[in-house]
Amino acid sequence: MSEAYPTIASLAERIRTKQISATELAEDGLRRVADNAALNAFFPVSRDLTLAEAKAADVRIAAGETSPLLGIPIAHKDIFVTCGWPTTAGSKMLEGYISPFDATVVEKLKAAGVVSLGKLNCDEFAMGSSNENSAFGAVKNPWDRSRIPGGSSGGSAAAVAAGIVPATTGTDTGGSLRQPAAMCGITAIKPTYGRVSRYGMVAFASSLDQAGSMAHTAQDCALLLDAMAGSDERDSTSLNSEKANASIWRAFSANIASKHPLNKGFENLRIGVPKEWMTYAGDLEGTRTDGIHMDVAVAIHHALDVFTNHGATLVDIPLPRTALSIPAYYVIASAEASSNLSRFDGVRYGHRAAEYTDLNSMIFNSRTEGFGHEVKRRILTGAYVLSHGYFDAYYLQAQRVRRLIAEDFQAAFEHCDLIMGPVAPTTAWKIGEKSKNPTAMYLEDIFTLGVSLAGLPGMSIPCGFGLNNMPVGLQIIGNYFDEAKMLADAHRFQQLTDWHQQHPGVKS
Amino acid sequence: MTWEIVIGIETHVQLQTESKIFSTASTAFGAAPNSQASFVDCALPGTLPVMNRKAVECAIKFGLAVNAGDSKNIARRSVFARKNYFYPDLPKGYQLSQMELPVVTGGSVTIQVDGKDKVVTLTRAHLEEDAGKSLHEGLDTPGVSGIDLNRAGTPLLEVVTEPDMRSAAEAVAYAKALHGIVTWIGICDGNMQEGSFRCDANVSVRREGEALGTRCEIKNLNSFRFMERAINYEVRRQIEVIGDGGRVAQQTRLYDADRNETRAMRSKEDAMDYRYFPCPDLLPLVITEDDIEKVSASMVASPQTMQARFQASYGLSEYDAKLLTVDRVTARYFEDVVSAGAETKLAANWINGELAAMLNRHDMDIAQRPVSAGSFSQLLQRIMDGSVSSKSARDLLGLMWAGEHQGDVDALIKAHGLTQMADVSAIEKIVDDVIAANEKSVVEFKSGKERALQSLVGQVMKATGGKANPTQVNTILREKLGAN
Repeated sequence: MSEAYPTIASLAERIRTKQISATELAEDGLRRVADNAALNAFFPVSRDLTLAEAKAADVRIAAGETSPLLGIPIAHKDIFVTCGWPTTAGSKMLEGYISPFDATVVEKLKAAGVVSLGKLNCDEFAMGSSNENSAFGAVKNPWDRSRIPGGSSGGSAAAVAAGIVPATTGTDTGGSLRQPAAMCGITAIKPTYGRVSRYGMVAFASSLDQAGSMAHTAQDCALLLDAMAGSDERDSTSLNSEKANASIWRAFSANIASKHPLNKGFENLRIGVPKEWMTYAGDLEGTRTDGIHMDVAVAIHHALDVFTNHGATLVDIPLPRTALSIPAYYVIASAEASSNLSRFDGVRYGHRAAEYTDLNSMIFNSRTEGFGHEVKRRILTGAYVLSHGYFDAYYLQAQRVRRLIAEDFQAAFEHCDLIMGPVAPTTAWKIGEKSKNPTAMYLEDIFTLGVSLAGLPGMSIPCGFGLNNMPVGLQIIGNYFDEAKMLADAHRFQQLTDWHQQHPGVKS
Repeated sequence: MTWEIVIGIETHVQLQTESKIFSTASTAFGAAPNSQASFVDCALPGTLPVMNRKAVECAIKFGLAVNAGDSKNIARRSVFARKNYFYPDLPKGYQLSQMELPVVTGGSVTIQVDGKDKVVTLTRAHLEEDAGKSLHEGLDTPGVSGIDLNRAGTPLLEVVTEPDMRSAAEAVAYAKALHGIVTWIGICDGNMQEGSFRCDANVSVRREGEALGTRCEIKNLNSFRFMERAINYEVRRQIEVIGDGGRVAQQTRLYDADRNETRAMRSKEDAMDYRYFPCPDLLPLVITEDDIEKVSASMVASPQTMQARFQASYGLSEYDAKLLTVDRVTARYFEDVVSAGAETKLAANWINGELAAMLNRHDMDIAQRPVSAGSFSQLLQRIMDGSVSSKSARDLLGLMWAGEHQGDVDALIKAHGLTQMADVSAIEKIVDDVIAANEKSVVEFKSGKERALQSLVGQVMKATGGKANPTQVNTILREKLGAN
């Protein structure tokens, strides 16, 4: 009925000028969901729930309300619990589970007037980098349906890339927002840890999990994130300070108003580029997997040129412990996951085995049947690193490394304002290509894990294409609470480039 | 051969907070199953724990109480860990408990054994959440177990001692002293039947001078009496095992009160690896000087301080003051009775005497007394103003206890005609009659036998049905007999 790849900004304008109603947009969105069923991005929709939300938005619009998200169709990663739609976290364990409450993020966006089209497929319990770990089937990349969309927020990224919704929510534990955004050629931001409440997010690794937004543009990401963020007394780790509660949108708007990109928009911007990240270590055939591939490196260099051409300076920064972020992350994340997933025992909710003889076999069989392969791998890894005699060598050691990695970033920020580099060493690979080799898959996260371990905000913005014509993402990392600055510079970049306007169906 | 008994006690003190330690659900006892289990208590996906600061205040109070008001043993930063294990009544699959960094370290409890003071050193006290309950009986469907999560998340303070006790009597004295402290400072209701105060005893024996023996932990000691019996049984059992040339195996044992024996629950070999690690959902628990100061200011004086004050400001004997400060309810009751108008010594005598006797007779606790401080004070005032005799007052207390006339003292006096005779001429007439009828006693008194007068007073009192004021009768008798 309209643009193939609408943005929040364009839809908000049409709502404001009464060209379209929230209900019409919702109907259109549901049609788009159906048209793109082959992507497997969406879980079953509920027409009634969506239209009820749209109707409520239309009532508010009719009453003269003009909030920027009012009536905008979005969708949630199925990690956020919702009272209406079932919440599965991509797992058979929670098949059919309906939460009696909404996640804080869902609640806040509802209050802002968004209309939810439903829930988005993801890796089981957000564990994965390819969305192949969903119990409900892999999500396909809209750019090439034989390829993965990235993970774990693969459904969220694919839904935006395919133009089904202008924006989605997602979560990032070790790169789960940034990497699928890069693989699908869209924009995403994971804020500072603690900026968005985790209440109502099915927990994977509590000290790393953080919700964020996905959209085509940095501006839309800012708008959505602003509505999601803020302290929450139901989450003890949500930050409650002036800095943490400051409006991201207001700071973003003030920032972009202060400098026009064409007028030396990046003057005084010092961009730190991690030496270790940009060293070419892969090859064209991808037989080496321990570093950035050449086509990705080229796209990143071109993107950095855009910044330097408009006044930015590049600073070499060392992040010497980048390689250590992989073992540190997998120890900590698995340890927390092994404990977080203990509640899925078949006693109170979720999957319970049909056959068991006693208490132990009930719990054992339920978990054996309910969890997928990768989830079991991480539970076992986590239980192992926490067990008596190994705790110091693995868990405590990983925590020490985590602290050092955070210190490395702080040392780097002494010399630069933002850090930029690749999101992932490669572009999207073929479905099934790496699923037999978990280590190769884990290596894909090498550039995103450190940011998560340090709790820093990170973004991915589209910046070109690889040799296989799949999108490449530029990672932008800011210091704590620098979301508005990152988003503003990303926005300026998007005013100077059109990578974010390239879409699967209409690639120019 | 002399055997030395070594005992350490772990006590789960249920904290008297309105809501649970990490959720807003109520902690009230006895509600319908699962009616007090919130989303957080049920560990629904997406829920997170939020620290209840009231539970922290309880821990601070305890820390101050066992360190004579000194806050040095209260950790300014303590950490909740996850204790991981699977059990149907453990909703999260882990218990939140303080492991490496407890909120209170050290402190001591003084006990009295055989009239001598003994100091029991505390190792630590840490905050944790309780689990739910598995219900295996009383369900409609046979072969089905139920889970009640009302108790899940109830705040507990686990208090651990050093192995300082040397007999079951000492262990019981310690448990009673600890019970006294936690109820005195108001952090626990002390109700052992409802599980608000639960002790586990670690018991070992050794021949004098030898290294510590292998210990067994006895669980389920829900009364002081059971604790004493269980420990004594366990000591006998261990001595027997060693005496027979065997070795005590490290075990957790359950006390069966019906059979008065302890039974093995699990051995050390079955010990689980709980995979403790700091809970990433909770920030470290920070206690500031300000927090401590606020709690300290709100704390009730210690029993010793209160006893001294009772002696100084109410002119009570050490004995009376000590009895009145045996627990907080008694102390408060005394002060309420006094502030309602009763004379202090009279109030002390009656609370420590008549009231205590009544409670004992009815096997009741002072907290359960059916007579309010106001009514009790009114009764004492009727003695003070001469309206009733002490004897009548005792009878009145019985009637008040039974709830007659809603315990209204004046209404009861009227209804039962217990008003003391105030008519002097009437008493004089009775006195005359008694003198006339007891010539022998009169002669004896006049010859110097004081005791004979008491007999005459008794006769008069008897003739008045106890309604005369004995002091008044005494005076009239002396006058009539020309003794004044």
